[in-house]
Amino acid sequence: MRAILEILERDARTSPERIADMLGLDAAAVRSQIEEWERTGVIRRSKTVVDWERYGDERVSAFIDVSVTPERGSGFDDIAARIYRFPEVRSVFLVSGGFDLRVIVEGRSIKEVANFVAEKLAPLDRVTSTNTHFLLKTYKEDGDIFAEADTDHRLLVAP
Amino acid sequence: MKPLNHVVAATPPSGIRRFFDIAQQMEGVISLGVGEPDFVTPWHIREAAIYAIERGCTSYTSNAGLPRLREAIAAHLHRLYGVQYDPGAEIIVTVGVSEGLDLALRALLNPGDEVILPEPAYVSYAPCVSFAGGVPAVVRTRGVDGFRLRPEEIADRITPRTKAILLCFPSNPTGTIQSQQDLQDIVDLAVANDLYLVSDEIYDRLTYVEAHTCVASLRGAWERTVLLNGFSKAYAMTGWRVAYACAPRPVTEAMLKIHQYSLLCAPHAAQWAAVEALENGEAAVRAMVEEYDRRRRFFVRGLCRAGLDCHEPGGAFYAFPSIARSGLSSEQFAEQLLFQERVAVVPGNAFGISGEGHVRCSYATGVGHLEEALARIARFMERCHQGALARDRREPAPA
Repeated sequence: MRAILEILERDARTSPERIADMLGLDAAAVRSQIEEWERTGVIRRSKTVVDWERYGDERVSAFIDVSVTPERGSGFDDIAARIYRFPEVRSVFLVSGGFDLRVIVEGRSIKEVANFVAEKLAPLDRVTSTNTHFLLKTYKEDGDIFAEADTDHRLLVAP
Repeated sequence: MKPLNHVVAATPPSGIRRFFDIAQQMEGVISLGVGEPDFVTPWHIREAAIYAIERGCTSYTSNAGLPRLREAIAAHLHRLYGVQYDPGAEIIVTVGVSEGLDLALRALLNPGDEVILPEPAYVSYAPCVSFAGGVPAVVRTRGVDGFRLRPEEIADRITPRTKAILLCFPSNPTGTIQSQQDLQDIVDLAVANDLYLVSDEIYDRLTYVEAHTCVASLRGAWERTVLLNGFSKAYAMTGWRVAYACAPRPVTEAMLKIHQYSLLCAPHAAQWAAVEALENGEAAVRAMVEEYDRRRRFFVRGLCRAGLDCHEPGGAFYAFPSIARSGLSSEQFAEQLLFQERVAVVPGNAFGISGEGHVRCSYATGVGHLEEALARIARFMERCHQGALARDRREPAPA
């Protein structure tokens, strides 16, 4: 059954019929298993991986290293929640090392992202410092290589 | 000019070649005709070869191959199948299994010696036997048996001239695997008649329903077996041209003589890639096998739905369905399917007469392509069916 998730994780549009054929299962069984996972939250949602740069969109992303003062009782969770609720924030991770939270922010321009950091993020209570790295180029994201096209070098017919 | 070598002149060119020339000139072809993985060699293996080149590993290696690689091969075979080969004397690194096969046949055969081989067979076997001065003695396998090789039919083919039995399981082109009992029975025949066994096990890692049986591991087999294997299929390394042959010392000594006077050694950097494959490639092999297995199930079900009866192929990455319901010969089928629907398959008769009535379809291609190919095949079969009905109507009713 785990194999169903592996297939969907790679391509969420794979039909239950196709999955059933690939795994030697019954399509109805696959469909009901997927529904159950959707109900129980194992499958959170499905999305499309878009190369926005190729589409022609100007987008600006930044990785922001945030140092914070943790709070008695909740540790980092409260301050993390205050940050991840901003819609501009795509991801928030608590990490080990020289800072505490790695925040990924997306905007339409450098100015917009910079303003967000200066006006929303940095002034938060308990945020002691921010270090902003603007994204210059995406080579690979979530296992997908953006920088090169897939080419099949094989001959069409071979022994 | 004086005539060329008569054995070569009498050997027809590969039936696959002609087909390739047609397909290559067409646009939008989905090819199920490719006998190699669609995966690119895993990056850690490619990276190891790049590092070898950076270190200057550009010279010849010893004729038998890098000692480290031979040791890794010995350890690998022992771990998987419990067979033991001395890396110092019983293993030769070859330029593909093709070279290993050629070495084995040339080392074993005297002019006129017969080699028994099951058909449908990989296109090179019979010509290589002939080039080595031998005579191929074909044993037919059949679709109704799932192309299982019947030991009793081998027994029928044994003559005083028989020198060796050539085996290839999992099979290209049929995808058939052979049960351990059948293989043991074949080994027993070889023992009883003092025959060599040449076993091409290049698809050993690609089995889906039961574990592979290494012929050399069977009772009585080791001392008369030349075991051929390599990296092309399991590690997606066809273009690296690196493989190996294992046999008892007198046989490898003879093979090594031919190898050292002809090929010298396998490519140096490719041998380092092979070391990396054996030492760290297991996870990649498992991931690829899992993917092939999914495609296999998907594709075989789809073929059956499209009206092509297909035995379940237990290994390799080929389906070898019957095309009987199309009413066409395998060449007509392959040619019309290519021209009408732009799907390339290989006609079964390219693998010998007993492949007639079948086509070889490789599922070493993405599921999306397979799905589209199946839709086209189904459409083609529907037209064949309509054509047959129309013909039936035109024919006068029997009196």
